[in-house]
Amino acid sequence: MVKKNQLSTLNNKPLSLPSSKDIYREVLPNGITVLARSNFNSPSISISGYLAAGSIYESDEKLGLADFVSSALMRGTEKHTFDDIFNELESVGASLGLDSNVHTISFGGRSLVEDLPLVLNLLSEVLRTPTFPKREIEKMRAQLLTGLAVRAQDTSDMASLIFDQILFDGHPYSRPGDGFPETIQAITRKDLIDYHRLYIGPKGMVIIIVGGIEPKKAVAEVESALGEWQVKGQKEAPALPPHKPLKKTVKRHYKIAGKSQSDLVAGTVGPRRTDPEFFAASLGNSVLGQFGMMGRIGDVVREKSGLAYYAYSSMSAGIGPGTWEVSAGVNPKNVNMALDLIVKELKRFVKNGVTADELADSQANYIGRLPLSLESNGGVASALLNIERYDLGLDYYLRYADMVRAVTRDDVVETAMKYIDPEKLAVATAGP
Amino acid sequence: MISKHTETVLKNGMKVLLKEIHTAPLISSWIWYRVGSRDEPTGKTGISHWTEHMQFKGTPQFPGTVLDKAISREGGRWNASTSHDSTKYYITLPADKIDLGLRLEADRMVNSIFDEKEVASERTVIISEREGNENEPLFRLSEAIQQTAFRVHPYHHEIIGDMADLRTMTREDLYNHYRAYYVPNNAVMSIAGDFDTSSMLARIRELYEPLPAGKAPVRLARPEPEQKGEVRLSMEGPGETTYVQVVYRFPSATHPDYFPLAVLDSLLAGASGLSYKTSRLYRALIDNEYAVDMSGWSEPTIDPYLYRITITLHPKREAEEVLAILDSEIQKIQEKLVSKNEIVRAIKQARAVFAYSSENITNQAFWMGYSEIFASYEWFLNYLDNLAKVTPKDVQRVAREYFKPQSRVIGTYVPING
Repeated sequence: MVKKNQLSTLNNKPLSLPSSKDIYREVLPNGITVLARSNFNSPSISISGYLAAGSIYESDEKLGLADFVSSALMRGTEKHTFDDIFNELESVGASLGLDSNVHTISFGGRSLVEDLPLVLNLLSEVLRTPTFPKREIEKMRAQLLTGLAVRAQDTSDMASLIFDQILFDGHPYSRPGDGFPETIQAITRKDLIDYHRLYIGPKGMVIIIVGGIEPKKAVAEVESALGEWQVKGQKEAPALPPHKPLKKTVKRHYKIAGKSQSDLVAGTVGPRRTDPEFFAASLGNSVLGQFGMMGRIGDVVREKSGLAYYAYSSMSAGIGPGTWEVSAGVNPKNVNMALDLIVKELKRFVKNGVTADELADSQANYIGRLPLSLESNGGVASALLNIERYDLGLDYYLRYADMVRAVTRDDVVETAMKYIDPEKLAVATAGP
Repeated sequence: MISKHTETVLKNGMKVLLKEIHTAPLISSWIWYRVGSRDEPTGKTGISHWTEHMQFKGTPQFPGTVLDKAISREGGRWNASTSHDSTKYYITLPADKIDLGLRLEADRMVNSIFDEKEVASERTVIISEREGNENEPLFRLSEAIQQTAFRVHPYHHEIIGDMADLRTMTREDLYNHYRAYYVPNNAVMSIAGDFDTSSMLARIRELYEPLPAGKAPVRLARPEPEQKGEVRLSMEGPGETTYVQVVYRFPSATHPDYFPLAVLDSLLAGASGLSYKTSRLYRALIDNEYAVDMSGWSEPTIDPYLYRITITLHPKREAEEVLAILDSEIQKIQEKLVSKNEIVRAIKQARAVFAYSSENITNQAFWMGYSEIFASYEWFLNYLDNLAKVTPKDVQRVAREYFKPQSRVIGTYVPING
């Protein structure tokens, strides 16, 4: 008989969690924060980070501007054309890309260790000296508009968009980051240039480097590429206005003819990432619509009723108010039946919370899955990014298991009651 | 930290591949059954995929409700998928918890219940999965092209199956499929991660060797006859966007031409896993504003399959103009030798992608089993060396041989609101 615990050879050597012992953090004189951690098992590097230049700055008339800028940065610089930039990257199997959300423009890339300077120098160039060539801008515009035409036919994308519009009516979070056809048409080359000049700068920039390199050397590489970058008059982000909570359930349907499946999103506002009840909400959400085959929601909508291929709940917790929502893809004739089942589960969740076993299962899952989420350079880079973005502390992962275990059933039910009122939901559907 | 792998065949015929990787306290265990949509006759299309779903519904020892909770509680990740040639299941767990995965997989190789009620509720789940797919113009276009490219060979239908069969297959059909193909002599196990090979192998023998071998499964043998002349089709659907898909016939993964074709794919459409903005088709089609997106895609298969080029048209362009550009790019490669540097670049790209994917233990175990299905693990281990042997003349030869208009199918998705 082979004892099962003999199978692991690292049994007595637990996963080395990122901590202040091995994360090197330095703030450069121009305001860029660098975090680095080495992984000498890997011949490659993962880079990620963000700039404080998200879509919160753009006007309603020019929605999609931050998104447009983030892609246009790679379309040509004072020294290199679009094709040159990608030729350098692709020739060595490296990658670099930028994307936008409400608060930040994020970037990410990877390369073999020896090509890190190449990627950092290109990042520096596209951030500091983009030229926004006219022809490239028009090519991109056609691509963005086609993307929006495809989005308008996508039941899942449209249900999410309508959900945000209902939930955050009048608030910046109600606006789709990729804009609308008329706002993309309205954006001029000058808008892109102005946006870059006013908002993109080293202040508030964070860059994470993880892989086969000494942390101090990684910081030196960042300093060499970006240390001299200065932007005079870089604007600070406007304060986030408060949002108006819903007074009753609001339902809205977006019609897309000729589709065989509808998508449904129902939910409410959730906590911020830095709110003290974040873990209680997150663990509660795990029981509600994640754990195992998508928690209780998956069980009633998919397993017991066979109504949907996917049905789950999710929480998105960031800098401002988050969302807490249930999503499902169902046959158009079953939308109401699925919604009834979902609302019934929400009521049960708010009234009774979770059982001791359910909570213990999700707690075990949160702690047990750490090694998997931290096995790759990319996984560690996301962890470090979270630490910096939400000021969690370099030893966050050392405290993580205790924070998860500290959540009680009372915490979960109180948090559920605080955020979820089954009579005041935003309900969006898209389909025929 | 990474040792050589070992290969063992158990007494009941099950093949086991093991690879120690001691970089993180994780183990990923995969089991592969040699059954997929290629084994499905008309009337039973989608049966392999549906059977895969039923494998999550439980056994007497691990009832469905207990199964996924047991894995999730340990922080594990598990899933399954069905392809043309195989049905596979994986579980990645913290290393000291892998025994659960090994026991569960051995148990459901023989003891799955296939409860009548579970079959009924899964029927509507899979119909819903198919309805979700049908929402996508590219699913509908690809399905139509595949049916046209394969009239005889069972690669002709989508893995999810036809709606008619999803409505009519019975519990007995599914259970018979399970019993026929889920036998150790039709299975490959691939495990990578933080273990000691000899104790792992001993544990596998203990759990799996008592399972009796079954009859060798019966295979459909219906080779596709040669295509004689280009076939074109068009379909209509909602939306504003026109898509064109062109498929050429590629050989099986074990054919020596597979490697020059992989280089050719990389030159035309970019290296898999990287951006593709300096590929020949990106420059010709997107930089020149004929299209707003494109991709090239092939997969290693047991029998000859397809290479698919998918193009999202620029709103101002017609399908014919775009096809003319595609043809001229292919003609260039057929007529003029590509430079040695272009090939060297494709190989460097592939090396980088291999380096990135080696960080992930789940991925390492995946490739060990996957390559065994259509070739052998040697195929994967020698992949980069075989790419490095490709010459400009090889690329030209395969471009001439495989990219003939006579053996392609062209499909257009025409938007009705466009």
